[in-house]
Amino acid sequence: MELIVSGLSEAFRMIIELDRDIFDITWLTLRVCILATLISMIIGIPLGMLLALKHFIGRRFLIVLAQAGMGLPPVVAGLWVTIFLWRSGPLGSIQWLFTPTAIVIAQVVVSLPIIISLTYAALQRLDPQLKKQLKALGPTRLQYGWFLLREARFGIVAAVMAGLGRVLAEVGAAQMVGGNLLGDTRILTTAMVMEVSRGNFDVAFALSFILMTIAFLITFLLTYFQQRQVIR
Amino acid sequence: MKKSLLAICSILFLTACQAEGETTDSNEANQNEMDEMILATTTSTYDSGLLDELVPQFEDEENVNVKIIAVGTGQALEMGERGEADSLLVHAPDAEKELVEGGSAINRQYVMYNDFVFLGPEEDPANVSDLDIAEGFQAIHEADVPFFSRGDDSGTHKKERSILEKADVETDFSNYEESGQGMGDTLRIAAERAGYILTDRGTYLSLEEQLETLDIVIEGDEVLENPYHVMQVNPDEFDMVNGEKGEAFVEFLLTEEIQDIIEVFGTEEYGEPLFFPVANE
Repeated sequence: MELIVSGLSEAFRMIIELDRDIFDITWLTLRVCILATLISMIIGIPLGMLLALKHFIGRRFLIVLAQAGMGLPPVVAGLWVTIFLWRSGPLGSIQWLFTPTAIVIAQVVVSLPIIISLTYAALQRLDPQLKKQLKALGPTRLQYGWFLLREARFGIVAAVMAGLGRVLAEVGAAQMVGGNLLGDTRILTTAMVMEVSRGNFDVAFALSFILMTIAFLITFLLTYFQQRQVIR
Repeated sequence: MKKSLLAICSILFLTACQAEGETTDSNEANQNEMDEMILATTTSTYDSGLLDELVPQFEDEENVNVKIIAVGTGQALEMGERGEADSLLVHAPDAEKELVEGGSAINRQYVMYNDFVFLGPEEDPANVSDLDIAEGFQAIHEADVPFFSRGDDSGTHKKERSILEKADVETDFSNYEESGQGMGDTLRIAAERAGYILTDRGTYLSLEEQLETLDIVIEGDEVLENPYHVMQVNPDEFDMVNGEKGEAFVEFLLTEEIQDIIEVFGTEEYGEPLFFPVANE
């Protein structure tokens, strides 16, 4: 009990005093996670639309693959990314292992299937009548896609939130491919694991509050975007 | 509203890209100047904070960015064997010698030592406090009291196995547990569950306050010596190994100045040194 109290007060002190290391770690976490989510969105939303709207050979297989990928354990993704980025691995010469870039790659691997699958599901859920009526208006492809995206925005924002949540919570892969290097690849989750193993529970507490605050704020922003009225 | 959100998103995206760009740029610059190296080391040296004190000085002197990868000794040696690191600072002499004989590592030097201590619950249910370490392990086996092993092929785990072998003790008793985790985590498990555990003294001292239920029950046995060696990964074996900085790091640890720092490291905080330097003796 004493530990909880002292941990909490230490946590607030560190946040209020804006400890330099903690600031760096938080900033890196934000950059890495947002970049990874954006890359996953840019690739995943069009792919999800493609799967939902186009019929082509291998489509069913890709859908299964994407949905199975939602359960991909981050450590498995981390292991594969590590093997590829090793000096002796196929991509070793670019020397990305133990850099923030490696973390972004691993996070894209774990969040992309989520965004593809949930985007696909969101578009699939739209009323088929709606699609027919819309087609009757003779829209260009871009107009058609854009309209459906807007109609499915609840589901798509949920897809982005789920992807971001995965990325923010992920620790195993980031540890493996990033190496938890201070000022370089240490992010909130890996820092928390390290501080706990060093016995610095108060610091771990402080980091957990920051992580939860970030998650809450971003989710709040996205929910706001999701819930607002469509402006025509 | 939509525009403002779009604006926020694009700003975030640009910042993220830019930040990413910076890191990549600096990596490229580092590659060109060959001033980046990977040091694979044990969690015990890293968690003690010793490297936080030594490495920045090395980085300044040599104009190099050192990536410290703190893992178990087994994994650190494996990284050396695959050419994934440039220098190794580890504590498993037998496995180290194999690596050197295999040609993956060269220039192996004795840097410092500390010792292992055997911890147990205050009430010492297996009555091991007057025994030597091998007898102690036997007593624990016979009494079938909780014993916690890291089980992660670390230097500490290797040491534990060699003692078990010497004492001719099998790990088949029901209270033998493997955590698969680092020293700090395993110590906390042992403290919570009131068990016996082998640990390096440095990690124990740095966590002592949180380990109220544990006491040192056996120490000072010759077998419990814990020597640390530094070595460089052989640049002739692997194309991408940074031989120059790898060698520089070995030399750096052996300089008188650094050995003096090691000698006093930890005395202020824990009342006794965590490591004993040997290179200048």
